[in-house]
Order: sequence, then C-alpha cells, then structure tokens
Amino acid sequence: MKILVGYKRVVDFNVRIQVKPDGSGVVTEGVKLSPNPFDDIALEEALRLREKGVATDVVVATIAPADAQAHLRNGLAMGANRAIHVVTDKAVQPLTAARTLLKLIEKEQPQIVLLGKQAIDDDANQTGQMLAALWGRPQATFASKIEVNGNVACVTREVDAGLETIEVELPAVITVDLRLNEPRFIKLPDIMKAKSKPLETVPFDSLGVESGDHHKVVKLTAPSKRSKGTIVKDVPELVAALKAKGLL
Amino acid sequence: MAKVLIVAEHAHGKLNPSTAKCVSCAKQMAAGAIDIVVLADAPDAIAAEAAKLDGVSRVRTIANPANAHALAAALAPQIAALAGEYTHVLGPSTTFGKDVMPRIAALLGEGQVSDVMKAHDAHTFDRPIYAGNAIQTVETPKERKVVATVRTASYPAAGAGAATAPVEAASVSAALPGHTRFVELKEGRSDRPDLQSAARVVSGGRAFGSAENFQQLYRLADKLGAAVGASRAAVDAGYAPNELQVGQTGKIVAPELYIAIGISGAIQHLTGIKDAGTIVAINKDGEAPIFEIADIGLVGDWTKVLPELEQAL
Repeated sequence: MKILVGYKRVVDFNVRIQVKPDGSGVVTEGVKLSPNPFDDIALEEALRLREKGVATDVVVATIAPADAQAHLRNGLAMGANRAIHVVTDKAVQPLTAARTLLKLIEKEQPQIVLLGKQAIDDDANQTGQMLAALWGRPQATFASKIEVNGNVACVTREVDAGLETIEVELPAVITVDLRLNEPRFIKLPDIMKAKSKPLETVPFDSLGVESGDHHKVVKLTAPSKRSKGTIVKDVPELVAALKAKGLL
Repeated sequence: MAKVLIVAEHAHGKLNPSTAKCVSCAKQMAAGAIDIVVLADAPDAIAAEAAKLDGVSRVRTIANPANAHALAAALAPQIAALAGEYTHVLGPSTTFGKDVMPRIAALLGEGQVSDVMKAHDAHTFDRPIYAGNAIQTVETPKERKVVATVRTASYPAAGAGAATAPVEAASVSAALPGHTRFVELKEGRSDRPDLQSAARVVSGGRAFGSAENFQQLYRLADKLGAAVGASRAAVDAGYAPNELQVGQTGKIVAPELYIAIGISGAIQHLTGIKDAGTIVAINKDGEAPIFEIADIGLVGDWTKVLPELEQAL
C-alpha cells in the first residue's frame, strides 16, 4: 500500500510574526522555515504504518517554490521513500492545492492520503476535506488514532464534544491532529541517506490544474493588542478587583 | 442582495449556539435573506428552535436516517444540492463546520473563507492567520458563491425574533456515499457549562502536574459556575481531555471572565482567549507571557492561590 503525505513548508511556529508596514504580507526575510508541525505528524504516522507492515511506500509531496528542495530532503531524512516537488512561486489557495494533490493521486494511486489538519500559516483547515470531495472518497479529519484493517481505516477524531470514531473505506483522506503521535528526530546518517533518495520535480503548469485561487488578499494588518493590566499582590486584592469590575 | 444559507449545528436534538452566531455574521453582511438548513434524522425540534432566531427568513429541513450523525461525506452533497439558489453558504468554525464546509465548497468548485471574524460587506472579510498574529482581509469575487466558516467567538448569538420563521421540508436529490460509517462518540461530562459559550472559564496548564491535581480546578469552576479549559501542554500531558483544549488548534473562547492558572501563555494559547472580556492570570513565574495580555495578574503558585481563591468565593 502506498501513502501520500502532504508536506507544507511554513514559517516556524516559534517565530513571532510581524506584519509588513505596507500590509502586503508578513516579514519572511531571514525567518526560519520549517515543516508544518501537523504535516510532520502526518508523515510520522505514515512511517509508523509502513513499519507495521500496513504500507510499503511513503511519498511526501509539496507545492512550493524551487528553493523548497531542502524541505523535502527533510521529509526524506525522516524516512519517506520518495518526494514529489510541485514547483510554483505562487502561494496557492487550498482549492488549488487540493486540485493539484488530486493530480498526484491520479498518478500515484495511494490508498491513504495523510495531511495535517491545518497549516499554521494560513490556518485554513480546508485542503484535506476539499481533496476528499474532489476525489469522491471518504475523509476522516482531526485524527488522534488510526487503525487500518484491510481496506478499512478506523479513525478516532478530536471533535468539540469529545472523541468520535468513524470507519472509512480506503482509499481515503485522513487529516491529523496534534495528539496522534510524536514525530521522530532526524539522525545524521538519515540526512546522508536522504540525499540519494528520489526527488521528482514537477512544474505546476505541466499538471494542467484549473486555478481555484478565487480570493484576493486585500491586506494584512496587525491584530489589535490587549493592553497590559495590573498586578495584584494577593487573593483578597484579586477578589476585590473582580468585584470592582462587576465580575463577582 | 446576499441570500445566505446557514448550515445548522446540533446535537441531542438541540441547536448549537454556534448557529445563532452564524446568523449574526449574516446580518453583518446585510443579507437580504437568511435561511437555515437542518440536516438530521429527526430535524423538527431543532428546526423549531432555529425558526425563533431573529433575522431568519426560513428554516429548511432535510430528514434522513443517514443524517443521524454529522458525517461530512453524507451531509456535503445534500447541502451542495441545496446551495444553488443561494449566494452564500455559512457554517460555524467549530469541528463540525471545519469538517463539512470545505467539502461543500469543493463540491461547488469554490474556495472557502475560514474563520470570518468580521464582514465588511457580503464579499469582504477579515480572518485571523498565523495563530491570530495577523489579520487577513480577503475579497471574494461578486459573481461567485461564497462559502465561509464563522469564527464564533467574534459574534454574539442572535436572540429570539419577534416572529417565527416558516419551517419547510426540502427535498434534495443527492447520492449519499456508503463509504463512511459512524462508530461511536465518547463525550465529555455534559453537566457543566459548555466551554465555547460559557460566560466564565477557568483554565489550567502544565503547572498542575497531574490529572489528579487538575481535578481541583473543577471545584473552583463549580463555585464560579464556570466551564473548564486547559492549555495544550496540560492536554498533551494527559491532565485534561482533548475537548478542553483552548487555543489555535483547540477551541476559541470569548467568555466575560477567563481565569488562567498555571498557564505560561504560548502564542497558540493566547490566540484562543484574546476575545475574552477580562483575563486573569495566576502563575508563579512573573515573567510568563500570559501577564502581557492579562487584565489582572497574580504572581503565585497555584497550590497556594487556588485553595485561597476557593475560600474567598
């Protein structure tokens, strides 16, 4: 069984984001880029399914500018068998990303597509669901546990009410949540090994994807800040302060 | 004029307050008509609740045993089939809406605007990105259908209207897939206020050190009539169940009073609470980032402060 993993490069989660003064975007010059943390979890799960003997092949794919090769090498070093780099300088919107991934699915015929539930840059939380719809296949979003038995995956999902379990027939799209697993650390020998693993580059324009980038980003603004409040010295002062605000 | 269809969220035969918040968002767009669609096995009681909301033009029901559980693969084609006559399809940015709305959008060949926090008009929206550290203003083409999720913490729930909207059964022809099956739902305790709509929330973090210690937070919550929340660190460590997580990837809350105890305040947590009326932070580290946004801060160890606070209330 083959597993396709969506593997996006984003601004590292530890970076304090700054909006450019002209509102055209966020400052990315000199800023650390990392794999989307949720996609790392997706890849880790794919690798574990391979180690269990459920899957044989793990393919990581990204849609990114030409300089994202090192990013994919990172996924290969973690353990993926192959990588596919769809090259475009444009930041595609989720519908376009889903249509692009569908093209890769048609070629690769994976049984499971694993994606992070959201990317921590645009926080859209859409691509997996859209992909499943376009593919006409099941979706299991926000997964915290995945069990594969034959052609069925039993997925536990983190939902607002608690934990929901559903069964989906394969092939299917599964998007992963934080507590599914803890991604492994990459060891130096794996980085060396990754250099010789196959990395295919595909120009975005060669796929014939109809653009779904319908939305125009007008501007970015910094959020309004909450001002720093007062420090009270003990519990009686705290209670008095809450009473003064009419909260108790 | 915008003609809006809102996908109702519900459970146990009751309408979720997130639906009334979507109505407020539709009103902000100055929508000409606001319809709500209820998909359920038995939608009547839920539809009756929805019909009372102020500003609602019509409630449409799709009764089907396949709609007993909110499976996106089953719901989306039915909603997409109904969407033709509407300019906008809205759902809440809860796990329900996050799951089903993009599937609807893709079936319609549309993009989606996630987490609308403000509608400037029917085609211009503000939404948070980068864990709320930037606000993106997006414009959608006038000739295209808008599919969007509504950031519920940004909107008040629409109240009861003077009149009751008509309820009609809708018939849609959509092929429902059999490839997705509901197995079970393990719900958290339901005898407490709901985290996403509670007026007061007390949250605990990693400092609690164990699930047993975390239980002490419930006593304070009970005294205050508050819902209980948790930081990601506390959930990851197993002190609290996942449905309590507040933050970028958990729940976004907007209570009148939010009390954070033993939470240092990672950016990802702060984004989930910045719409709270008053934030109280209790942490033994006076340098913790939570104090940067807290209205009232108390530097102290929870083991000492929590019992004192319980006593004082």
